[in-house]
Amino acid sequence: MINYLLAMATFAGIYGLLALSLNLIWGLTGMVNLGLAGFFAVGAYASALTTTTLDLPIALGLVAALLAAGLAGIGLTLVTVRLREDYLAIVTLGFAEVVRLVALNETWLTRGADGISGIPGPFRAELGAQFNLAYLGFVLALLGLALVLVERLRLSPFGRVLRAIRDDPQVTAVAGKNVLAFKLEAFAISAALAGFAGALYGHYTSYIVPDIFEPLITIYVFLALTAGGTGNNRGAVLGAFLLLAVLESTRFMTAWVPGLSGAQHAALREMLVGGLLIVVLLVRPRGILPERLPAPPRP
Amino acid sequence: MLERALQLMVNGLMAGSVLMLPAIGFTSMFAVLRFPNFALAAHMTIGAFAGFVANTMLGLPAVAALGVAFLVAGLVGIASDAAVLRKLRPAGALTVAIASIALNIVLENVVRFCFGNELYDYDLPLLRDWTVGGLRIGPQQLQNTLLALGVMAAVFLFLGFTRTGKAMRAVADNPTLASLKGVDPERVARLISLAGMGLAGIGGMLLGLDTSIDPLLGFRAILSVFAAAVVGGLGSIPGAVVGAFAIGVAEELSLLALPSTYRSAVGFVAILLFLTFRPRGLLGERAV
Repeated sequence: MINYLLAMATFAGIYGLLALSLNLIWGLTGMVNLGLAGFFAVGAYASALTTTTLDLPIALGLVAALLAAGLAGIGLTLVTVRLREDYLAIVTLGFAEVVRLVALNETWLTRGADGISGIPGPFRAELGAQFNLAYLGFVLALLGLALVLVERLRLSPFGRVLRAIRDDPQVTAVAGKNVLAFKLEAFAISAALAGFAGALYGHYTSYIVPDIFEPLITIYVFLALTAGGTGNNRGAVLGAFLLLAVLESTRFMTAWVPGLSGAQHAALREMLVGGLLIVVLLVRPRGILPERLPAPPRP
Repeated sequence: MLERALQLMVNGLMAGSVLMLPAIGFTSMFAVLRFPNFALAAHMTIGAFAGFVANTMLGLPAVAALGVAFLVAGLVGIASDAAVLRKLRPAGALTVAIASIALNIVLENVVRFCFGNELYDYDLPLLRDWTVGGLRIGPQQLQNTLLALGVMAAVFLFLGFTRTGKAMRAVADNPTLASLKGVDPERVARLISLAGMGLAGIGGMLLGLDTSIDPLLGFRAILSVFAAAVVGGLGSIPGAVVGAFAIGVAEELSLLALPSTYRSAVGFVAILLFLTFRPRGLLGERAV
């Protein structure tokens, strides 16, 4: 039981990183990323391959995850940044599917549907039974660090420009800001953060397969962020922990409904998650902790 | 080699004709409602299953069942638009797009809840492929293509010659001017949801007639449908027709060079290429 709770808290921390990543790009900059699961996968695979196939230390794997996901983000943004925002939505959605296709089919690199097993965890052997607790501490520390960093980013002049782009890109451009460059940078940072979360996932579970990175993950993160409060970094983290609590309790809840097949249980849970996102969007679109704008700088 | 390429071209044209109707639905809803409706995938699946129920349980012939597919998918489209998407329109196009993904998950799982994950087949006569000048043509596929072309012709006649069709085009061109002229935008929004999702439903059923159906039917095809709409020019109905044939042929021809598992990546590559070099697509007007 205690190990179950530790694992759930660790996953909540990883979802927290994803929610921070989404908040930076969607909450702050107003660009939509419907391929979060894809960046999560790119990071997980980059770090897993660095530490298994190349046999390099985990720290380098995490760096590889940041770089790989960030570069993928830059590539997608470059293609769509001058176009209407709907195009980024379509391209990111497609990206996540293609990442899964590549992971499934490039067997020489990713071992296809067998997945990559034996991904090292930091001091897994030395810590033994204590590994779960120690890794939770590691993830929470990194989540705290990420929270401090993105919050500083939000309150900095850089964050102010991002909010300006979200509210009116034209005015921002007229004010002399290079909107394209800011959008690229914001998307790269956000994608890198999602990739980093993927790397942490892989080093924790020690095993990744393409099927883990289903598009439903993107919906989970949107639900976490919208419920927590779009635009609010603390809300994003709060939302991630709430999301995990809801996801896990539905696991028990559907078990109470008698006479359902396995597929029906799974269908009910997914309906609930999708339905919750719709309800939150309709009823409380600003979330539990709504965005609070920082006071304007004094002249 | 040449013969294989020719055969793949023919297959591609027939596959493209099936993609065409959902692509028209997607692009016309985009033109009028101004957001990408990702719930299209689930409506394709719903159409396929509605047609399946009409065909196997009620005993309707497949062609009549297509009408059921249109109606059921279209009515679900109106209902979901009224219950969810319309209320979110003031929050911006991207918020509606996100909600449409959530909606897609809900609807897809309603189908999964009712039918499970198994594969189902329509009640169809088994027909031997025809061989014409060395090319193999499946009678069922050819029939699907002819049906799709017939529905497409009906769409063009409707948009070109009926009052409602003209009102739809007016709203797509300039909503402010259209409402000044007395066109009710909410009525047009309802009608386009019915027609767009109905076309997705027919497309889903045609896709299922070709193979078999399961809850992920629409989702598997959705990248090709988006690609057809983007390549043709998002918002342009003639563009969606051209784009669907182009993507259908490109996906089949890719088999000459790539393993068949990468078929659905072709659409994505086409999207990236077009957005980089010709973002307004083949027949679209603007993309900025």
